[in-house]
Amino acid sequence: MSVAISVDNVVKKYGDITIIPGLTEHIHNGEFFTLLGPSGCGKTTLLRMIAGFNSIEGGAIKFNEQVINDIPAHKRNIGMVFQSYAIFPHLTVRENVEYGLKLRKMPKDEMKAKVDKILDVVQITEYQDRLPERLSGGQQQRVALARAIVIHPSVLLMDEPLSNLDAKLRVEMRSAIREVQKQVGITTVYVTHDQEEALSISDRIAVMKKGVIQQTASPHTIYTRPYNIFVSTFIGHSNLFKGNIEADGAGKTVVFADGFRLPMTTLSEEAADGQEVVISVRPEEFAICSEGEGVRCQVATKVFLGKYVNYSLSFPEEMILPNQPSIEFSQDLGHAEKILEVGDTVYLKPNAMKVNVFIADGSRSLMEGVVENE
Amino acid sequence: MNRRFRWDFWAWVTLLSIIIFGLFLIYPLFALFVSAFQDAATGAWSMANFAHFFERKYYYQSMINSFSVTTSVTILAVIIGTALAYFMTLYRVKGRSIVEICIIISLLSPPFIGAYSWILIGGRSGILTKWLAEYGIDFPSIYGFAGILLVLTLKLYPFIYLYVAGAMKNIDSALIEAAESLGCSGIRKVVTIILPLITPTILAGALMVFMNAMADFGTPMLIGEGFNVMPVMIYSEFINEVGDQANFAAAMAAIMVLITSTIFMLQKYVVNRKSFTMSSLRPMQMGALHGVKNVIMHVCIYTLVGLSMIPQLVVIYTSFLKTNGSIFIEGYSFDSYIRIFSELGTAVSNTYLFSTAAMLAIVFLGMTVAYLTTRRKSWLTDIIDTLTMFPYIIPGSVLGITLLLAFNEEPMLLSGTALIIIISLVIRRLPYTLRSSSAILYQLSPSLEEASISLGASPVKTFFKVTAVMMLPGVMSGAIISWITAINELSSSVILFTGATKTMSVAIYTEVIRASYGTAAALSTILTLTTITAMVIFFKVSGRRDVTL
Repeated sequence: MSVAISVDNVVKKYGDITIIPGLTEHIHNGEFFTLLGPSGCGKTTLLRMIAGFNSIEGGAIKFNEQVINDIPAHKRNIGMVFQSYAIFPHLTVRENVEYGLKLRKMPKDEMKAKVDKILDVVQITEYQDRLPERLSGGQQQRVALARAIVIHPSVLLMDEPLSNLDAKLRVEMRSAIREVQKQVGITTVYVTHDQEEALSISDRIAVMKKGVIQQTASPHTIYTRPYNIFVSTFIGHSNLFKGNIEADGAGKTVVFADGFRLPMTTLSEEAADGQEVVISVRPEEFAICSEGEGVRCQVATKVFLGKYVNYSLSFPEEMILPNQPSIEFSQDLGHAEKILEVGDTVYLKPNAMKVNVFIADGSRSLMEGVVENE
Repeated sequence: MNRRFRWDFWAWVTLLSIIIFGLFLIYPLFALFVSAFQDAATGAWSMANFAHFFERKYYYQSMINSFSVTTSVTILAVIIGTALAYFMTLYRVKGRSIVEICIIISLLSPPFIGAYSWILIGGRSGILTKWLAEYGIDFPSIYGFAGILLVLTLKLYPFIYLYVAGAMKNIDSALIEAAESLGCSGIRKVVTIILPLITPTILAGALMVFMNAMADFGTPMLIGEGFNVMPVMIYSEFINEVGDQANFAAAMAAIMVLITSTIFMLQKYVVNRKSFTMSSLRPMQMGALHGVKNVIMHVCIYTLVGLSMIPQLVVIYTSFLKTNGSIFIEGYSFDSYIRIFSELGTAVSNTYLFSTAAMLAIVFLGMTVAYLTTRRKSWLTDIIDTLTMFPYIIPGSVLGITLLLAFNEEPMLLSGTALIIIISLVIRRLPYTLRSSSAILYQLSPSLEEASISLGASPVKTFFKVTAVMMLPGVMSGAIISWITAINELSSSVILFTGATKTMSVAIYTEVIRASYGTAAALSTILTLTTITAMVIFFKVSGRRDVTL
């Protein structure tokens, strides 16, 4: 039986160092939930706490209503897929998959049927009598997945399972994992640092930084309506501009530092007249326009990428937030009327419906309806 | 290979190694087999020597004895070594580094010190025997099967320990976690996961133990008494003053080589069928035992290590005792040491001289042959690679006999020279350096050499300027182990030595036989201290805390 997982104010410490200062999250039954963040953010630590391989220094983790803090890993009924696959090298593929079932004293014929079925689901039937050494990375990962799922665990935990595979295989396995998970309908917690992987595979994503969840939401919301600047720049690229709010009876407008005015209808109540803000514009949310209709800038470099062209832009320093790697504009070649050249001066208009606005320190969104935990 | 053959540096090295192995290993072995099939008196072809062996219980019993004691030693050593490695890797043990160093010292110490110390302790007039006798307790006899079993097990379990501890460190903790996530724990985890994972390693270690126990000459010679084993039998038949027993000894040696090579190939066959590779991203973490379990574990480990250190301690202690002939008397003195330097000074200098000469040859051969067999693979280097395994299966005394048989006559008269002893040391101890050299070569990317060549250095120059320099740490650590085992070599030297080429090991042996225990103890102390010094250098050079053999 699949379960819901409640993480209630949990704390993880190594000696005096606090890795996770007190984290709360609720994972729904049957959901594909991804922990996404840069390395060292505590995502694997949290996963291993759920698995039972890391101790819990404070708070509680519950499977449905049962607190599991003190239940040892081998009694939690979890299925885990490891970054290194952790296929037992001395057992054949079939024996690896049977391992958990044997421990559960399953009758032989029932076990055979189950193993046959799962080998078929993950498409490794033809390799079942091989030793793992003679399998490719992708095949080993399928074995690991089959071995974890066949015991019908309460939750499936995956720790960067695709990071050792090459790019093409990663995409293939991604959809295979998603498919199998939906078929079996099992609560899954998935850890990755690859944002594309997270966006493509998850029901919901929790973006983590330094042991704190920055935002939990569906992939679409995470990308289009990030809760703060960290999320907006960690997932995809965002150009950050300095600006102010102007509010009057007619509506609200964000004013860029060079005086360009962008009327917006999506700002929340909180956005007040005169408030300093950060305006976040994604590279694809710009459109070339005529003088006065957008922000003025110069093309610094140009990279041709086939489907689109990526330009990096130079702005006057007072217009943009400091310490950004680059300000980018990507032009969709399918709709481009004019290709820019390096050195061109150009006017770009942000798409008012897509732009995100944050409070001046970047910690919170000023958009209507954006919440930290969706 | 479709490359045209060129008469370059590597061709010379290939030729040189084939000459060395051919002349000093293959040809003598061949000579041994030939003389085993020859009648002593007439020189005609005959199976008489073998018939002689299998007809008389006195002889074939030694084969049965060798087998039973070797098998028992191997089983015991596997159990003790594996258990020790398991607890030492997975649990916190107080004084771990001292324990590890003691284990390595007892492995590398001169082979027969154990036997001779245990005689001093538990022999007929041993310290413990006498002490117990005062209370009317009979100490069980230390001679024969039991004594050999005790001494060899205590000496050889470290092989298993070192091998298995290495393998345990290679088990990825994710494998253990995977087992736990599937619902497995406790003893079942050990049986279904950990044991199968280290089985190939245990088998490799068991082979080393078997070969060493089978070939050991000093221990059964000293403590075996009526319990005859093959190496002792071969030695005494060969040294026999009647002289015409050489052919019979050769036949026994041939039988022994047959046995060891059968075991060797059997082990390789089993291991190959079970082989898999392990690589550990995150080794298993050390835990702590608590309460009674913790106390029991510590008591067991300390007792074991204490028992294996007793021989060295007894030897060092008795070397400072006053002696009167073969009897230790009250009081302490340096007499034994003074006597060594007046009577046995050449044995001391010979030991260092021969071992160092052998080590230099071993370093050159080790590096070049390792390079040949890893980087210049061809059918010829494959043969060389196989030849380098031979010393593992040829007992020292057998190698001694083959060399003596082969180089006993003009124009190749080498017997009685220092050279023949050095040659036997090179052949016997090369594998240690060779293995560590190959291991490091497999880790070095060939592109480093290609880079050097692309910058204009010739292949030979590249080898000496780039490859050899990078190999050096690995080679040196192997060379030190080769050197340590060379200074402690007995079984081949005892057959090859003459008065002028006596080494310390041989001198200890002859002193013990003469019951001159004081000088034997002093010599052993010098050997043990040299071994420890060399080991300290080894740990500094390699930056490691373990030894691979």
